[in-house]
Amino acid sequence: MTTDALHPSASGAGPVWRGWRRWLFTTSHKDIGTLYLTFSLIMFFAGGILAELIRAQLIQPGMRLVEPNTFNSLVSEHGLTMIFLAIMPALVGLANWQIPLMIGAPDMALPRVNNWSFWLLPFAAILLWSGFLMAGGAPDAGWTFYAPLSTKYGPPSIDFMIFAIHLMGISSVMGALNIIVTIINLRAPSMRMMDMPLFVWSWLITAFLLLLAMPILAGVVTMVLADRHFGTSFFNAAGGGDPVLFQHLFWFFGHPEVYIMILPVFGVISEILPTFSRKPLFGRVSMIYAIAAIALLSVIVWAHHMFAVGLPVTAQLFFMYSTMLISVPTGVKVFNWTATMWRGSLTFETPMLFALGFLFLFTIGGLSGLMLADVPADYQYTRSYFVVAHLHYVLVTGSLFGIIAAVYYWLPKWTGHRIDERIGRWHFWLSLVSSNLLFFPMHFAGLSGMPRRVADYAPQFAPFNLASSIGAFIFGASQLLFVWAVIKAIRGGEPAGDRPWEGARGLEWTLPSPPPAHTFATPPSPEVVRAEGPHGYD
Amino acid sequence: MTEAHANGYYVAPPSPWPPLAAAGAFLLLGGFALWLHGYGPLVSAIGGAVVVFVAFRWFGAVIGESRAGVYHAASNRSFRYGMMWFIFSEVMFFGVFFGALFYLHYLAVPWLGGEGAKGAAHLLWPHFVNQWPLLVPPNPSEFTIPKEAMGPLGIPTFNTVVLMSSGVTVILAHRALLAERRRALAGWLAVTIALGLAFVALQAHEYRHAYLDLNLTLNSGVYGSTFFLLTGFHGLHVILGATVLTVILARVLQGDFSPADHFGFKAASWYWHFVDAVWVGLYLFVYWW
Repeated sequence: MTTDALHPSASGAGPVWRGWRRWLFTTSHKDIGTLYLTFSLIMFFAGGILAELIRAQLIQPGMRLVEPNTFNSLVSEHGLTMIFLAIMPALVGLANWQIPLMIGAPDMALPRVNNWSFWLLPFAAILLWSGFLMAGGAPDAGWTFYAPLSTKYGPPSIDFMIFAIHLMGISSVMGALNIIVTIINLRAPSMRMMDMPLFVWSWLITAFLLLLAMPILAGVVTMVLADRHFGTSFFNAAGGGDPVLFQHLFWFFGHPEVYIMILPVFGVISEILPTFSRKPLFGRVSMIYAIAAIALLSVIVWAHHMFAVGLPVTAQLFFMYSTMLISVPTGVKVFNWTATMWRGSLTFETPMLFALGFLFLFTIGGLSGLMLADVPADYQYTRSYFVVAHLHYVLVTGSLFGIIAAVYYWLPKWTGHRIDERIGRWHFWLSLVSSNLLFFPMHFAGLSGMPRRVADYAPQFAPFNLASSIGAFIFGASQLLFVWAVIKAIRGGEPAGDRPWEGARGLEWTLPSPPPAHTFATPPSPEVVRAEGPHGYD
Repeated sequence: MTEAHANGYYVAPPSPWPPLAAAGAFLLLGGFALWLHGYGPLVSAIGGAVVVFVAFRWFGAVIGESRAGVYHAASNRSFRYGMMWFIFSEVMFFGVFFGALFYLHYLAVPWLGGEGAKGAAHLLWPHFVNQWPLLVPPNPSEFTIPKEAMGPLGIPTFNTVVLMSSGVTVILAHRALLAERRRALAGWLAVTIALGLAFVALQAHEYRHAYLDLNLTLNSGVYGSTFFLLTGFHGLHVILGATVLTVILARVLQGDFSPADHFGFKAASWYWHFVDAVWVGLYLFVYWW
């Protein structure tokens, strides 16, 4: 009983679907945001199970659980799943829920494209995970799938991974241009660009990075496919190609990609810290410029992932200095966040706890990044567990903590119920302690010489690995508390009211909790926009 | 006011096409992977059919909404920005293939030939001589050795004229649209499409010439790799652009588009100019350099 798609009624209103068709056919940014976030939570646990298997294998030397090939598949699928199907969709889900609410827009600019962006992802997940059922096993060339591991030596499942990446790429490009158009075109008329909330700013800049980076990845995997099946030799020196070319192209995508996964979280933290400090964000304008500066620098630093492959010395110097330059705008952000809290009237509700956890632990990840940026030092650290420690500090205690903080922060708005602070606090402290038990010893394992991506290791690394594995099991189990807290808030609880955090400013807090299906049918008045904007504290 | 008229901005009602489009893309690409491993083209073909069907219905719905007059200035702005940034992402997609071409031409192949900062690579195949277009790869025994490179004169130059002219005719069509000369509009559009198809036909002929006469194939080392992937993806985009222009022509014949309101036409013509511009890059860097 659909209306004839070719002849919609003059009003444009379609039927109101209930049940599964509501979620399949939806064009509401709120429903699509919920879909993204739910899907990403499921994939977070799927990727998490792989991580627990990796840690179970490494709890003691002696290779007790899986064969090296299977281990390589676990590592590769863990990385691909967490990056493309857990962290990125979670951030797009936050954007979907929040951006229209925060800029006073009726919905995303292209609602059907928005739904398409989401539904590509579950199909991509099927393609990506189908390898576990295939002869030759799941993709085993790492999430970076360097040639020739992925070309000459890759199992058949690599082809399915390539097409999964194509689907995820289309999804990201469509999602990114939707976000750009929404922010530029559907903002409340009286909201100036420089008055936009930091979360919106961070996503606007991230969306441009996505448009720039994802097509590059699509091109690279297409070349891998052509090298595998159509006789080309892009990455084969025998035909005049170069495996290092793969790394250049991959990291030209890959480095912006790591900022794609952290910049929106910078925006989240810039929303949460002022709320619970009851002070405006310190150095607001410099925060916007800092995000833009980080985004610009992120496109000219890619080869710092490749110092050990034998780059010309001039290239190494350029990439070393440009990488170190990033610490300037990042430093601006960390100091401004700290200054925001200075003499604030601080309280420590769960979102604030996770935001503070982010601030300290992401900074540790940033500092180990600086160590890796130094070429001669990098020769020692590269391909060791030190790199694993670094990237998990920025991705788990950085991106993931930020996403969790955002969910706790906005969940009362989405569900209409306050979160259970007791569960939230347990979740935070368990996550904080266990993630450090999990990742901090990896620094030492790496510095003392343990290589990454190995199924077995020398006995002198055993104590570090035992600690990491115990940390991993506790960390994984603590995330069930998160699910509990979310489900509890969805099912009921103390009514949140419009503004559950009394220090919060922003248009989303002027709406009822949960907001009705259609919000900002008329744009908010200039007075409201001003009162909820950066000048509202004046 | 209905739900669709929030803020005067048209928010599309729930639609089955987006999830179906995702399923179609899944079958098309997943089926292609199955095909590569000997399971035949059936699944991929079904996926392709689903994608085409959904494209018809989805764009059909959009055209219907446009005719019903639900789009106002704000919707049109969304479409324009959306199309602009989509083309930007396409530019980046071609950029990666151009990047690979430059890297191979100026760095990788000279290094293998013993020149430059990483000239030690020459030790791998000491008999290899650096040249571009690369006719004899470092290990010739693994590859089809072409007799000569694809020269810029002849078909490529003629095709450049064809495609550049089509860029002019689409501008003439736009002028006719603005002046409300409907017959001229349809005529210039038809000429543009014909030129596009002529380009594709000549390109196909050139591929035939490459494979049968020159022995230049995908398996001819990096010269063949870059030549066929760059021109091939461009050719696919010409076919896509011509298809879109054909839909636009059909709409023109049904009386759509006015001087004030013709986003569909504009989007198609932007795309066509983008395809033109990519060709200029190809003509210079693939055929001449």
